[in-house]
Amino acid sequence: MAISVDAPEISRALCQKAGYTYTFLSDPQADVIRRYDLVHAGAGINGQDIARPGEFLVDASGTVRWVNLTDNYWVRARPDQMIAVAKALR
Amino acid sequence: MQTHRFNWPIWAGFLLSWIALLSYFFVFVWFPVTRDVPWANLLLFGIAAALVLIGVRRAYAPGRPRRAKIAGVALATLSIALCGCFVFATWIMARRLPASQSAPQMGQKAPDFRLSDIHGTPVSLAELLAAPVNGHAPKGVLLVFYRGAW
Repeated sequence: MAISVDAPEISRALCQKAGYTYTFLSDPQADVIRRYDLVHAGAGINGQDIARPGEFLVDASGTVRWVNLTDNYWVRARPDQMIAVAKALR
Repeated sequence: MQTHRFNWPIWAGFLLSWIALLSYFFVFVWFPVTRDVPWANLLLFGIAAALVLIGVRRAYAPGRPRRAKIAGVALATLSIALCGCFVFATWIMARRLPASQSAPQMGQKAPDFRLSDIHGTPVSLAELLAAPVNGHAPKGVLLVFYRGAW
């Protein structure tokens, strides 16, 4: 599932435009983003706090099994990389 | 009166520098293969640099008026600046990310949360991990945190 500070309406428009069917969640105050220590302070287009990119694979017990914290926000985990990691999960 | 030829290489190089810079953000970012390592844009900048070099040499050829030299140097400088902007945006700015040292690591528990989905329905991580998918218990959940709409 995808998490950002975008309001549900913005994510809904994005999903409709791009045809995404997976879950998009809104974290407008960046509370969860802060809990995951992913806050990028003031980096939003209006100076608001947003998330830095990060991907986590969490297993059924709630344990993190794979983390990808890029050092360049143009370089993120590709879908095929994430699918491969998910498939390898036991 | 000597008619001098239009210094097309310098202008082509300058124009190509603009294309090399802007095409990344409007075209090449949509494809991971050219987004992750911007080789296509580096290639365009390389060609632009060659054209600019040829253009500067032309501007300094004997018989060229002084304004040709000035224009040549100005366009070359601007082209270098455009390349600098590209490097700054894709290599320097993009790497100014917080350390996120306290982010959950492998083996740690992912903090639970409850957030609204696109329809305003609250969704929690614990619920998602428990809710069956196609009759089977889910193996896990992939959390993708992203910057959001620009």
